[in-house]
Amino acid sequence: MIEWSDDGIVLSARPHGETAAIIHVLTPERGRHAGLVQGGQGRKARALYQPGNRLLVNWSGRLADHLGTFKCELETSHAARLLDDPKRLSALSSAAAICERALPEREPHPACYHGFLALLGALEGDHWAEVYVRWELGLLADLGFGLDLSQCAAGGDNDQLAYVSPRTARAVSLAAGEPYREKLLPLPPFLLGRGTGGADEVGQGLRLSGYFLERSIFHLQDRPLPPARERLAALFPLAPPAGESV
Amino acid sequence: MAQNDIERLIQLLARLPGMGPRSARRAALHLIKKREGLMLPLGTAIQRAADNIRTCSNCGNLDTSDPCDICDDPKRDASIICVVEEVGDLWALERSGAFKGRYHVVGGTLSALDGRGPEQLNIGSLRGRVEDSAVTEIILALGATVDGQTTGHYIAESLTGSNVKISRLAHGVPVGGELDYLDDGTLTAALQARRPAG
Repeated sequence: MIEWSDDGIVLSARPHGETAAIIHVLTPERGRHAGLVQGGQGRKARALYQPGNRLLVNWSGRLADHLGTFKCELETSHAARLLDDPKRLSALSSAAAICERALPEREPHPACYHGFLALLGALEGDHWAEVYVRWELGLLADLGFGLDLSQCAAGGDNDQLAYVSPRTARAVSLAAGEPYREKLLPLPPFLLGRGTGGADEVGQGLRLSGYFLERSIFHLQDRPLPPARERLAALFPLAPPAGESV
Repeated sequence: MAQNDIERLIQLLARLPGMGPRSARRAALHLIKKREGLMLPLGTAIQRAADNIRTCSNCGNLDTSDPCDICDDPKRDASIICVVEEVGDLWALERSGAFKGRYHVVGGTLSALDGRGPEQLNIGSLRGRVEDSAVTEIILALGATVDGQTTGHYIAESLTGSNVKISRLAHGVPVGGELDYLDDGTLTAALQARRPAG
């Protein structure tokens, strides 16, 4: 019998049969890992297996490649703290759905785990939406699809970075990007450490990270972005361009 | 009854929730022994239910008439609509006898992963009901889960501007519950939803 224990963040729980559930958790040492929870659909157990909850998980299986079973204990109930806030709850749901779909199973991604944990803490703070956008870009970087926002890809002024090229995922300066404005993705200043963000910049950030998540990860799986991610983006609509009436 | 008929009966009974092959065999044997008193009336009741039960086009409830008895009852308060996930939730509220308004069954929750969006749920007709009738309050009685509350927030958002009061069920300590035995999530929700005493 193989057995291990670890911390885990619940990503999803699906009913299996009448009483059991198959849950996916994100662990620091073993990445995204699935397992069966006997009685996982029970009245008390359901509260435990809400996305975003931090658990102490104990996995056991006869062979390492078996689905195996989880026995879990609640560490922190993040989901319950966010139930009343539509935007924060939507961000939690979106982050869990993206991890569930984007991360390969049983491949350690400690940076993703610790990033998700930091995001869960930030979701109770003030600038959670900006942290969320940074988290998505961090996830892309961890999976090998990071954006290069350090300098202008077109040789322009590095102090005036304003766009990201959808082709190369590199930043472009305001002057160099102006002729191609329609084709480039706006780069919200908070990602460069300027300003404090705000709903409009978060909307731009979600569009930016969403574009690369879709192109680099979900398109390869022949899937769209998870519905929860689409709903989060809809909560931060982009403002019309300056000079254009609504 | 031929042997394969008995097997077929057991197989079908075993598909019911809470039943496995062993309990299905016991139930089948019991039915066969009580042929006149139980098996035939049960068969007739199942046949009648299959023929007559339909989904209420107004609220999504299950009943033998359309609109259902609740929607058709003039004694019920038509100005309050309680939104529930499934018909089982409606039945639970009816058992409590605490609610005298009308219902709307959305038929599930929005899903973060499985592509169950607003189009798959009975949400559009709720908007129609709010616009067409003298509704003053919508009570969101959805599960205290991430998906349940996400659905509740979506419904509240979609009813913005409709001039109705939107409320939701409280989350917290159940009647008879002792704090020592409550899970962290319930305690957190109860603390957040505290209200003035007295």
